Amino acid sequence: MSKKTKDKNWNYSPAPESSSSATIEKRYNLFINGKWVKPSNGKYFKTINPANESVLSEVAEANEKDVDIAVKAARKAYDKTWSKISAKERAKYIYRIARMIQERAREFAVIESMDGGKPIRESRDVDVPLAANHFFYYAGWADKLEYAFPMRKPKAYGVAGQIIPWNFPLLMAAWKIAPALATGNTVVLKPAETTPLTALKLAEIIQEAELPDGVVNIITGAGKTGAAIVNHPDIDKIAFTGSTNVGKIIQQAIAGTNKKATLELGGKAANIIFEDAPIDQAVEGIINGIYFNQGHVCCAGSRLFVQESVYDEVIRKLKWRMKSLIVGDPMDKNTDIGAINSSEQLKTIEKYIAIGKKDGNQIFQSECFLPKKGFWCKPTLFENVAQSDRIAQEEIFGPVLAVQTFRTVDEVIAKANNTPFGLSAGVWTDKGSKIFNVTSKMKAGVVWANTYNKFDPTSPFGGFKESGYGREGGLHGLSAYLKFD
Amino acid sequence: MRLEVLKTYKIYIGGKFPRTESGRYYKLKVANKTIANVCQCSRKDFREAVVVARKAQEGWNEKSAFNRSQILYRIAEILEGRKTQFIEEMQLMGISKSVAEKEVVFSVDRLVYFAGWCDKYQQVFSGVNPVASSHFNFSVNEPMGVIVSFAPESSPLLGLVSVIAAQISGGNSSVVLASEKYPLTAITFAEVLNSSDVPGGVVNILTGFRKELVEHFSTHMDVNAIVYCGTDKKEIELIQKNAATNMKRVSIYADKEVLADEFENPYEILKLQEVKTTWHPIEKIGGASPSY
Repeated sequence: MSKKTKDKNWNYSPAPESSSSATIEKRYNLFINGKWVKPSNGKYFKTINPANESVLSEVAEANEKDVDIAVKAARKAYDKTWSKISAKERAKYIYRIARMIQERAREFAVIESMDGGKPIRESRDVDVPLAANHFFYYAGWADKLEYAFPMRKPKAYGVAGQIIPWNFPLLMAAWKIAPALATGNTVVLKPAETTPLTALKLAEIIQEAELPDGVVNIITGAGKTGAAIVNHPDIDKIAFTGSTNVGKIIQQAIAGTNKKATLELGGKAANIIFEDAPIDQAVEGIINGIYFNQGHVCCAGSRLFVQESVYDEVIRKLKWRMKSLIVGDPMDKNTDIGAINSSEQLKTIEKYIAIGKKDGNQIFQSECFLPKKGFWCKPTLFENVAQSDRIAQEEIFGPVLAVQTFRTVDEVIAKANNTPFGLSAGVWTDKGSKIFNVTSKMKAGVVWANTYNKFDPTSPFGGFKESGYGREGGLHGLSAYLKFD
Repeated sequence: MRLEVLKTYKIYIGGKFPRTESGRYYKLKVANKTIANVCQCSRKDFREAVVVARKAQEGWNEKSAFNRSQILYRIAEILEGRKTQFIEEMQLMGISKSVAEKEVVFSVDRLVYFAGWCDKYQQVFSGVNPVASSHFNFSVNEPMGVIVSFAPESSPLLGLVSVIAAQISGGNSSVVLASEKYPLTAITFAEVLNSSDVPGGVVNILTGFRKELVEHFSTHMDVNAIVYCGTDKKEIELIQKNAATNMKRVSIYADKEVLADEFENPYEILKLQEVKTTWHPIEKIGGASPSY
């Protein structure tokens, strides 16, 4: 090694993705009945880039009246066209959408990172391809539904109202729209107010794909708009991904009605490291589990359980690895952790970090440089966390890890399950019999053994307990949109 | 002339037959004649039942599916052997003999039907998911846990048996409120369960007033799912609302749906199952190659 390189920092040179491939309009209207229409109250709100707080565009705010127009369009489309055309043709429309997303993948990835703050590497390699794959996967189901449910006759519900979060904007739109269309439902979808752009871009594709008017309607707005969808009397099915609190409000709102719901809600997943785990890989798994997508992941491995005998080694390696995480410009291809999605979410995360400190937990944050503008949070972990501490009980939805220790298998199973949530869990050990023992005892809908945060269109996703009900993905995801005689 | 020995009807919690802790009762009258003093269960009885049901569920689920199948079949065997007792008891409650006979034999057959599913639905409804990455990925059904139910009011036995069979064949434990009008056969059925190798606490049967208990059943925080048989819109709405407190899964049936032959299908088991999906890398450990 020459003297020169020895003295140098091993910093990466910037490798920014160009935003030139993306077209963002100055203003977006509501996509209803195949057309772009102005909101009835004439109101628009701004959507910003959380990495630099610059305004990207302004989007329409749909009120009850607009929701009503959208639901009527969806109902008409269901009655007049979508329920009439053959399942084979339905499949071909969905295949078209999948292909068009693939064709415009780069543009989608760029806009996703600009609007939501996630690293371009993740938008490019995870969000957008998975979204396209989801459409492609479900397209093929459209004319094969009878095979999915032996001895039963599946039928579409009619109009589905879908409300999605800001952490995986396009991917969640795909998770919602693809199975709904494949099963023959029509859709009114509302993206989150901080990340509406890729859903609106998807509306462009839906238009280009010549999907019959009104089959998919995409309307923007905040909580009020969502509530108007939930409470609209002509919605047959609600699909919601978001917080457990809002999920409970939705379930209460539809009580006594004929509306069906699937709710994919919060989580506080245990990521368990046994002493016989491949430690280096496990450390990567911990990093991926909690810092992927800035920790804005409902299935994030936010509670780390390390067996005492390997605690020092795991924590030492984990901290070392945290120091090497690159936090910054989401558009830079070297970035590991991008911007926090909104100032509101940053406040929430900071509130929990303050609570963690106040509770006397030992904090560690990597010493990274944070840009002046935009919303940022250093990768954070807390040691010596007690089971009852709020940072171990409540969903933070940010890059904050709560670390606990354990001695025996039974102990960690009890601790891991001691939460109202039940979305996901991680288990790290090289011992096969232990994997089967522990994974089968986790009260969680998705369990990753010796891996974490993996998703696939064929793999059902969804929670136990207060993490909601219903599954998205795979054959199981179909039943969320079907009724049976 | 010999004086007949009358039976005291108690409730069934944790494999034991206690009286309600509340000391309350209601008179079961047929043609203006009191035929039994029935326990009017309280919130506390219910809460105790949930505690034992929770404790029992894990062990029940850990029994082999084959073993659960044999135990359900055993229930059917014992019930078959006591047919006459049930028929007489139903007649006592004012049901005609021919209806009573049907009620019992259908119940026996239904138990045999669900006994058979115990070790089969998993294969039919589980599977390997062909994920695109280098992982082995499979989804299986797992019991939701503790299920609380309001058995069909209109049925002395078949409704109760159907609800219980669908639940326990899938590894759940069960707390059931018997029909208010026909409680006697429910408690006698508990005696059948008690002599059929069903571990204590797996099934718990209460008697009392639906109106009083519906609030408690639906708000309990350690209950995973609630099954309601009936058509009272207010009660249904209350259950659906209260269920949101801890995201209980809610199933609503009209009585006739539970009593119909069509109830004999595996989807009734699946309604009370969660789907768990497990991932494992193939050959290379997943974490070693960052996914982003």
